[in-house]
Amino acid sequence: MNIPGTAPAKPAPWKDPNAKPYVQIERVTKKFGDFTAVDDVSLKIYKGEIFCLLGASGCGKTTLLRMLGGFETPTSGRILIDGEDMTGVPPYERPVNMMFQSYAIFPHMNVEQNVAFGLKQDRVPKAEIKERVATMLELVKMSGFAKRKPHQLSGGQRQRVALARSLVKRPKLLLLDEPLGALDKKLREHTQFELISLQDKLGVTFVVVTHDQEEAMTLASRIGVMNHGEIVQSGTPSEIYEFPSTKFVADFIGSVNMFEGKLIEDEPNYVRIQSDELGGTVFVNHGISAPPEAVVWAAIRPEKIFMTTACPEGNDNVVQGSVQDIAYLGDLSIFLVKLPTGKIVRVTRPNTSRHAESITWDQQVYLSWDSSSPVVVTR
Amino acid sequence: MYKRSLLKRLGLTGRGIVAAVPFIWLIMFFAVPFIIVLKISFSDIDLAIPPYKPLIEWAGHNLIAIKVNFNNYVFLFTDHLYLNAFINSIKVAFISTVLCLLIGYPMAYGIARSKPATRNLLLLLVVLPFWTSLLLRVYAWIGLLKANGVINNFLQWMGLIHEPLPMLYTQFAMYIGIVYSYLPFMILPLYSNLEKMDWQLLEAAQDLGCKPWQAFYKVTLPLSRNGILAGSMLVFIPAVGEFVIPALLGGPNALMIGRILWDEFFSNRAWPVASAVAILLLIVLVPFMMWYQSVQARESAGDRR
Amino acid sequence: MNERRSLFILCCLGFGFAFLYLPILSMVVFSFNASRLVTVWDSANSPTLKWYYSLLGNDEILDAALISLKVAVINATGASILGTLAGFSLSRFGKFRGRVALNAMTTAPLVMPEVITGLSLLMTFVAMQQLIGWPVGRGLTTITIAHITFSMAFVTVVIQSRLSTFDMSLEEAAMDLGAHPFKVFFVITLPIIFPAILSGWLLAFTMSWDDLVISSFASGPGSSTLPMVVFSKVRLGVSPEINVLATLTITVVTLIMITVAWWMARSARIERERLRS
Repeated sequence: MNIPGTAPAKPAPWKDPNAKPYVQIERVTKKFGDFTAVDDVSLKIYKGEIFCLLGASGCGKTTLLRMLGGFETPTSGRILIDGEDMTGVPPYERPVNMMFQSYAIFPHMNVEQNVAFGLKQDRVPKAEIKERVATMLELVKMSGFAKRKPHQLSGGQRQRVALARSLVKRPKLLLLDEPLGALDKKLREHTQFELISLQDKLGVTFVVVTHDQEEAMTLASRIGVMNHGEIVQSGTPSEIYEFPSTKFVADFIGSVNMFEGKLIEDEPNYVRIQSDELGGTVFVNHGISAPPEAVVWAAIRPEKIFMTTACPEGNDNVVQGSVQDIAYLGDLSIFLVKLPTGKIVRVTRPNTSRHAESITWDQQVYLSWDSSSPVVVTR
Repeated sequence: MYKRSLLKRLGLTGRGIVAAVPFIWLIMFFAVPFIIVLKISFSDIDLAIPPYKPLIEWAGHNLIAIKVNFNNYVFLFTDHLYLNAFINSIKVAFISTVLCLLIGYPMAYGIARSKPATRNLLLLLVVLPFWTSLLLRVYAWIGLLKANGVINNFLQWMGLIHEPLPMLYTQFAMYIGIVYSYLPFMILPLYSNLEKMDWQLLEAAQDLGCKPWQAFYKVTLPLSRNGILAGSMLVFIPAVGEFVIPALLGGPNALMIGRILWDEFFSNRAWPVASAVAILLLIVLVPFMMWYQSVQARESAGDRR
Repeated sequence: MNERRSLFILCCLGFGFAFLYLPILSMVVFSFNASRLVTVWDSANSPTLKWYYSLLGNDEILDAALISLKVAVINATGASILGTLAGFSLSRFGKFRGRVALNAMTTAPLVMPEVITGLSLLMTFVAMQQLIGWPVGRGLTTITIAHITFSMAFVTVVIQSRLSTFDMSLEEAAMDLGAHPFKVFFVITLPIIFPAILSGWLLAFTMSWDDLVISSFASGPGSSTLPMVVFSKVRLGVSPEINVLATLTITVVTLIMITVAWWMARSARIERERLRS
């Protein structure tokens, strides 16, 4: 977050080789009988981060989160929090708190009692409990609801109580299980930004589990994409989006066009890929590491493809096709263009002007893109 | 540092105690008693307190005599009285179960299909008799069925009959008593099963061409199978060994095994024979009890889905 | 076609409920009949309360009622505790050694004929007395033990059913906030499932209060429960005082049920109004 006119920010902790990770997950595996839920996962999470575990259901992200919270014990591997080995420690002895997907607000206690519960377990003196609860309720904007019972609250209000209850203990780590899943779209957006501001204010390290990529992209300082119990790629949202390391990641985040092909030229500062699917060649202006004659895929995001009625210059990165389908979404339009090879390419175009060149069904168009746009993935 | 192993041990013991307390109680007062009954069924009768000879005795000169007497069982199998009683009990219980099903199924169905407001009221009405003493309600039938009882008086007053019908102290009275007492036990599991049914399945069947009675026969009935089985077991199994109803409503000719067991025990002080009767009854009923348990397990597995 | 079917169902419901309530109604009506013959209406002297006075002065019945009450209360409390422990173990502890046995032992009493349970318990008490000298004779203690054994099965079923719909994340949240599992049970689980425990208690109370067969086997001289006294009276035929007893029982139960139903409807109504606002 560089503000112009100020000194450059410190390098991100995950790029700094001297930074000590706050949470270290070392080669953790979890098996349930024959089924491996989490497979040899290693992660470093730094203090003050919002780290998102992103993946489809069944990929192991919730199991990993529960191991951080102490509700499951790893079959093998270690978990260190702030330098201490917490691998077998039960949840009531960890400086970690969890916000559950169902919020898990105790129905037989009012809001105040719910928020105070954790402090009571720690034998904090009564006066201090009162003060900390009041401050926290103020922070989540629920001060007027202190005496209400949970069944008198809306979903969003209950979530704030759950948040207050976990944060009032000043945990070293806060785990959030699908925090925005139960909220409707407008509330979700609002809450996303509230969560970020809250985290910033309190400086707590968050680990969030979600299957919603939009949520991950908005909240996270870094994302860990999971599939079949493994972390497939971890990095900042822009890294994951712009430089996916595998087909799976490229396809999972946002939409992407994949063209299968062979490397015909492989140089240190450029590569050229011949793709039969495309019916042409893709020129990429950076080198990649792949064995010779390897089968690769060129991944190009729909918003990075230009669509014109006139043929652009150059032999690479140009194809011709006809418009099959158009979806008008208000702020942008999605075009499905059929190439002579039969492949359908997805192109998105923002509707910047009402009078822009309008393209209709069955029109012949030319698709082109920058040589920096394609990402080459080898698996 | 966190006393993990100690905690683990504590945690295990904690769980262990929770499960062990009821477990030990039931072993002592439920499982062991059956072994004792088994043992006594092999003993000789004795005119003493308690009225049976011990199984294992010192026979002097470092010898132990174990007397296992099969006479009790032989007696049961050869004496027609007991055989008839067993068969009659099963027959009565079976017919009563079918009658309960015929009356109870439409009632359960009606309650399950009614509006939520009426449903609670109807359920309350079904459950209310269950909370009032069985003994008293069976007694009520004495008043209804006897020679100068309500029904006979009514029929005579209406001019339909000129002499009172002999209803009390007959097999017929026993059927009425059993069906009457066990009807709620049939209705409740059936209702519980029907309530969870997806009624849109019936609509889909009708949409595809089934007439209403066909839809019932092909869709509702098979899906309520677990409820039918559970309710039937809850009626049949205890009815086989029923004592109170045969004692109050059945005549001296009403041969029910529960009553025989009671008489052997209290009137004849023939503990070994009574024990043998109990063991045989148990053997007959255990397969049905296991069937009931498997039906319940299937039903709750279906729920968890 | 649907209407015809509804009519059929309606008739069945009507007939069924009439069948269920006719005997009860007849008992209530005839409790006011002056005639000792009970079912022959003595229009000259009825309706009358004379049998009511007679019942309330009947020491035998009153003593038996007191014994039944004592046994039922102790039994209900004991069965609730044991049944809650058993229900909790069966629904939470997954597979443990002895699970199958515990499951079998808590469901068998539900269906087993009472003569078998009663007989086996009595024999056990006798054998125990021979072996270790306790229990001495049969009386309140043995009846209570016998009742607890079979009524705890009912409580177990109720608790198991309640726990199956219980949101586990509430317990996990409490642990996460620092509470030890034992504390979680008493501070979180127990208060929330309390209505189920209460209904289990009432169920066990009723089972014990009404029980005849097991009480007869497990009791001794001087410890006759109310059902035992009633049984000895009705074996000989009808008795107007029993009609009175029946009427009183039905009245009390009906009043309790109406209160419970009214209270539940009221809570539901309040809930609906709150959600609307």
